Amino acid sequence: MKDEIIIAGFGGQGVLSMGKILAYAALENDLEVTWMPSYGPEQRGGTANVTVIISDEPISSPILDSYDTAVILNQQSLDKFESKVKPGGVLIYDPYGIHHAPTRTDITVVPVDAMEATIEMGQAKSYNMILLGALLKMRPDVPVEAVVRGLKKALPERHHHLIPVNEAAIRKGMELVRE
Amino acid sequence: MKDNVKLMKGNEAIAHAAIRYGCDGYFGYPITPQSEVLETLEAEMPWETTGMVVLQAESEVASINMVYGGAATGKAVMTSSSSPGVSLMQEGISYLAASELPALIVNVMRGGPGLGTIHPSQSDYFQATKGGGHGDYHLIVLAPSTVQEMADFVGLGFDLAFKYRTPAMILADGVVGQMMEKVVLPEQKPRRTDEEIRRQCPWAVTGKEGRGKRNVVTSLELDSAVMEKNNERFQRTYREIEKNEVRYEARYTEDAEYLIVAFGSIARICAKAIEDLRKEGVRVGLIRPVTLWPFPYEAIREAARGVKGILCVELNAGQMIEDVRLAVSDSVPVRHFGRMGGIVPNPQEIIDALRRDFIDKPANEEEKK
Repeated sequence: MKDEIIIAGFGGQGVLSMGKILAYAALENDLEVTWMPSYGPEQRGGTANVTVIISDEPISSPILDSYDTAVILNQQSLDKFESKVKPGGVLIYDPYGIHHAPTRTDITVVPVDAMEATIEMGQAKSYNMILLGALLKMRPDVPVEAVVRGLKKALPERHHHLIPVNEAAIRKGMELVRE
Repeated sequence: MKDNVKLMKGNEAIAHAAIRYGCDGYFGYPITPQSEVLETLEAEMPWETTGMVVLQAESEVASINMVYGGAATGKAVMTSSSSPGVSLMQEGISYLAASELPALIVNVMRGGPGLGTIHPSQSDYFQATKGGGHGDYHLIVLAPSTVQEMADFVGLGFDLAFKYRTPAMILADGVVGQMMEKVVLPEQKPRRTDEEIRRQCPWAVTGKEGRGKRNVVTSLELDSAVMEKNNERFQRTYREIEKNEVRYEARYTEDAEYLIVAFGSIARICAKAIEDLRKEGVRVGLIRPVTLWPFPYEAIREAARGVKGILCVELNAGQMIEDVRLAVSDSVPVRHFGRMGGIVPNPQEIIDALRRDFIDKPANEEEKK
């Protein structure tokens, strides 16, 4: 098992955190994992992305040129990464704010109305968790229980009371993936 | 999951490993991409547990001179910075080497020259391995490629620095500093007592107590005849280090037709390129120098036997390639592939470079001796 994942969007959308929670979940599940962020000024606006690799074997390169799975949160990232999804791979994106939808037919394209759901739930900060839920539905690399345990590790203790909200958002994201 | 397996950044691993080694003091000034070293130490507050001093100095120049002072007393002291900051430290590093003091310096390299970018680079190879500061000296230079090695090389660096009484450097880059992966941290060791330091470091300035003559630590020697003797002693130490401390990793070299030499994080990207090429039946081997000084000349010479070409992959314009060429002379063609200024190539770019320079080249175009 090996899943090479890119998560990309605006700085502040929770891209790096989503990757971190996924990485901790992989750790909880005794898998090998690397988490390589874009770092620096792009975190304060502009685009941010993180490469997460989950595998049951040792991982060589933490930096890649093509991905099994892409989670895309804005147009710039879609333009940059759509062509980098391997044939047969999965591209999850939120259509909110997207003007040119993905056009590839050799990959599974999964639109997830995460922004809409976030507004409905009144939980703007769990936006990234809805997309994480969609990712877990499409790529069950780690069970949701491991992700919840991962949340405990990734979040500072003062935020632990938010874990149920985040778990609900993850489950909402899983439901949003159209069969 | 095993309880002792943690997920953290390379920079964080350095901080935790320093506390657990029983490091006495850290002196540093923040700079991307290594500020997490200082931040983690401040968050862990080791002064309340092991008694380790953590101090944010006013500059890199101050940091390295605090290290100089701490090291003179026999304490296990360290600093960390990134390329422009390490340039500022060069005078102090030369003084440490000349005063035969153990210390650990971490450079998490970023793209230069100048203030450059904050993104990963390996363009301080020359500075780290060929001197950097003035005078005839060497640092022991360790090049980690994983978060585990970031943690392990703190202890190794200190041990080697004390064994040979010379400063050691961890030469990392923004990739291995910023990425998170699994790591098992070393066991917590107690800091050495003053008594133990006195025993282990009879040269240290620990007060005259118990000694007939006071110890003096200095790099100044106005009598050239004595200074030459000092230099001869330094050189004898360097020869000992070259004899005993060469470290490298060799992968897929037994049946290799081509060889890649790369260090640090880029060696992992090369490993991925090699895995992909081997699926297509192209047999490529990898030598990853772990000590950049002393350099594994002999291992590269051995691995190069019978290969058709060597590609030296670095995040710079071609620096380690000079040592690779020294290792193999003209027996094998050696080419460089690198990106500069903070750009990190992906595995495909390395495959393309190897194809362009060697694999797809008709035999008659290859260099003759």
